[in-house]
Amino acid sequence: MKCQQCDKQAVFHITELESGAVRELHLCEDHARAYLNQSGGEPSQGGPEDAEEATPAAGALGVGQTADELAILDQRACEMCGITFFEFRNQGRLGCPHDYVQFEKELEPLIANIHGATEHTGRRPTRANSLPEGTEDLTRVIGLRREMKEAIALEEYEKAKEHRDAIRGIEDRWVVPSEPPPSVADDRGAEGGPA
Amino acid sequence: MKLESLTQSIGEWLRGTGPESDIVMSSRVRLARNVAHYPFVSRASEQERADIERFLRERIASVPVGRGLEYIDVGHLEEIDRQFLVERQLISREHADAQGARSVAIDRMEQVSLMINEEDHLRIQCMHSGLDLRGAWEQIKVVDDQIEKLVPYAFHPRFGYLTACPTNVGTGIRVSVMLHLPALVITRQIDKVFRSLHKISLAVRGLYGEGSQAMGDFYQISNQTTLGRTEEELVEQVGDVVPVLIDYERRAREFLVRETQQNVHDQVSRAFGILRTAQTISAEETMQLLSRVRMGVMLGLIGDVKIADINSLLVRTQPAHLQKLRGMELDVNDRNIERARYLRQHFEGGDSGRASVN
Ligand SMILES: [Zn+2]
Ligand SMILES: [Zn+2]
Repeated sequence: MKCQQCDKQAVFHITELESGAVRELHLCEDHARAYLNQSGGEPSQGGPEDAEEATPAAGALGVGQTADELAILDQRACEMCGITFFEFRNQGRLGCPHDYVQFEKELEPLIANIHGATEHTGRRPTRANSLPEGTEDLTRVIGLRREMKEAIALEEYEKAKEHRDAIRGIEDRWVVPSEPPPSVADDRGAEGGPA
Repeated sequence: MKLESLTQSIGEWLRGTGPESDIVMSSRVRLARNVAHYPFVSRASEQERADIERFLRERIASVPVGRGLEYIDVGHLEEIDRQFLVERQLISREHADAQGARSVAIDRMEQVSLMINEEDHLRIQCMHSGLDLRGAWEQIKVVDDQIEKLVPYAFHPRFGYLTACPTNVGTGIRVSVMLHLPALVITRQIDKVFRSLHKISLAVRGLYGEGSQAMGDFYQISNQTTLGRTEEELVEQVGDVVPVLIDYERRAREFLVRETQQNVHDQVSRAFGILRTAQTISAEETMQLLSRVRMGVMLGLIGDVKIADINSLLVRTQPAHLQKLRGMELDVNDRNIERARYLRQHFEGGDSGRASVN
């Protein structure tokens, strides 16, 4: 996708909320910096150099950062799945459940934009064994699996074993083993999932 | 693979039996869910996708509602079979075109379908004929509750059920109705209606076919937001607007009959004539003409044609269905010829053969 103000590749995709209406902006790095640095919030017609004042545009998905701040934010990665905020902004898809915790501050204005609300009021899970409602504890397994793989690659088997035990501990608390219903499990073979 | 048996049946949602089924084709509720201890699908490795698929399949198979389901390994299907499932609305186009381990579980009535590894780990869908959002919601709630007993769905105390795209977060629910609105299209009121729907944050989209060109007078209305309201409120939000749209469409139909009696009768008769005599016909034209005939049946201008037949033809004249029925691959030209042949045969033989233009 091209920048809306020049022929360069657009790398910043900004969702702006203006008097209740959502507006999409696709800008190259220079124009994004100019846009985010100016006071009015309107994309400037000139080049990046005409933007001096660093008054952030409120409500942007960039959450009122200057381009430098946005660049730093973009490099921030999820501790569990490793997705960067930049990758999310480009693909529009998050990497794992922990992203909602890791990028909470950044996602909140976006969620408010889309839904006009930030609080879930619908159905909630009921859990046995006094487990919490939120599944953040279980989602840690994603990061532990990654660390375990890294440890194995480095031939640090002691460390890998520790990670594996930690994963098992968490999964034992959370994951009910599926009681295999014999008949169903058996005649599935032919057309079931991958072997 | 039991796809062949599906070609002989039609899904419950096509029966044209539910309330208001002259205008409301089907009611659907969909829930997006993810397992808490795996990355979302787009970030999951090949191995993780296979693990997720197995994890969910095993658990779904062991809950009561899961026992009667048929499992289809979408990842290993031929393209035409995936297309076939899309035409029946049992899987989404995205699910058909995706990569890696993925599957769908469907019930014999074709009311419930569970897509594994679509955009989210699990997409539960429940579809009923006619206007029955409440029934679809009550049914999907049972399915969701049973699965949640065995599957730790990713959940955030404030944001609710967590999804790969923030547009689905919270309830993860998408409530939709498929409406047949030919009279609003003919009287050019449809745009006005849609603009008013957007104002109350409902989404509208046309039904797309081959070549992704909008066709016919079939429209899907759905909720746009998923967070901040309860599932019941969102079901109501869509449900409340449907009677209004039904009323508009009915009035437009009455207007057409009253003010342009000859015209509308002529249009319907011509459409019926082409469907019964054409030697080659595209999917788009078929959809357009079936839409007119469907309206004609509802207005009593055509006798002896059942709505369920028209609904079924809308699906069975689509490319993959035609090829499955014929038992061979066909290119576009051959499909157009085969489609015309199938339509002629349908309207000449069987019960509908004596169909008459009143
Ligand atoms: Zn630019
Ligand atoms: Zn993550």
